[in-house]
Amino acid sequence: MRFSIYRYNPEIDKKPYMQDYDVDIVANSCNMVLDALLVIKNTIDETLTLRRSCREGVCGSDGMNINGKNGLGCITQLSTVKEPVIIRPLPGQPVIRDLVVDLTQFYKQYEKIQPYLQNKDPLPSTERLQSPEDRAKLDGLYECILCACCTSSCPSFWWNPEKFVGPAGLLQAYRFIVDSRDTEKQARLNDLTDAFSVFRCRGIMNCVDVCPKGLNPTAAIDKIKQEMLKEIVK
Amino acid sequence: MVNSMAGLRDFLIQRVSAVLLVIYTVFLVSYLVWHAPIDYMAWHGLFAYVPMKIATLLCLAALLLHAWVGMWTIATDYLKAFWVRFLFEIAVFLTLIACFFYGLLIVWGV
Ligand code: SF4
Ligand code: SF4
Ligand code: FES
Repeated sequence: MRFSIYRYNPEIDKKPYMQDYDVDIVANSCNMVLDALLVIKNTIDETLTLRRSCREGVCGSDGMNINGKNGLGCITQLSTVKEPVIIRPLPGQPVIRDLVVDLTQFYKQYEKIQPYLQNKDPLPSTERLQSPEDRAKLDGLYECILCACCTSSCPSFWWNPEKFVGPAGLLQAYRFIVDSRDTEKQARLNDLTDAFSVFRCRGIMNCVDVCPKGLNPTAAIDKIKQEMLKEIVK
Repeated sequence: MVNSMAGLRDFLIQRVSAVLLVIYTVFLVSYLVWHAPIDYMAWHGLFAYVPMKIATLLCLAALLLHAWVGMWTIATDYLKAFWVRFLFEIAVFLTLIACFFYGLLIVWGV
């Protein structure tokens, strides 16, 4: 199977280029895109640089652009991709080398939404319980592995990465807004009413299209807007 | 611009103005269909009616506000150089204001 991979080493290369590799995926028993990339790295060209860890869709480190669509190399089956498989780094992010991108801006936006439980009530003597119904509200939110596939496919994030939180950060923002154990809902919402943080989302839904965990950031973003409206009406 | 309500405000402007424009358009189109074939006198009579004048001006304002939010969004997405964006926004702003007064003159003139 032929792979055409984006290569760029800023220390040597003047500009990025695409390099072709042929991998015998049957002899190497490759199932996933990541398997083939590792065969290339281990047996053909050790200079190929990429991130990966869990190789099973849990750690979120091997987000990449496969035939034009963001996804995780480790859970994208080779049987589902067209040849030649064109692999590029996540779009719109500064490239450090080959498929490794600088996600500083992505993490800054994540930090901005204060991704931890905040509760100003006096500490109870036992743990804070949550009803099964309240717990169910976190489904479809807590599963996010911060792979950045969604945010790096979002045009609104490409144009305003310092101001727009992006789908991954907003999904997490809603995860804490809706958590029954968090008392800072109002402050969280107030932090997001400016023209960019949430409202720069134009409902393009690239994020929903690519999320390898099947999550729906657009729905979470709409819920945040609804909660804001409820706050001003009540 | 942290902590401003601008995003929520613009969001509401867009939604409310969109609803107004839909109602106005549906009304106008059904009026045209209902009274077809329409002549100049009927058309003139419709716009001479004061509630219609008010509705028309309200919708014109809604349309221009809607356009402003949209153009501002496009400018902040694509025009990164301060002066370019500034001049573009001024131009859009003046055009929209001019449209409003022109519309006002027309509706008033009926
Ligand atoms: S929402 Fe999906 S695509 Fe976005 S970071 Fe989380 S897991 Fe990745
Ligand atoms: S729906 Fe919003 S967050 Fe998702 S890709 Fe589109 S603009 Fe970005
Ligand atoms: S290697 Fe961990 S998600 Fe792919």
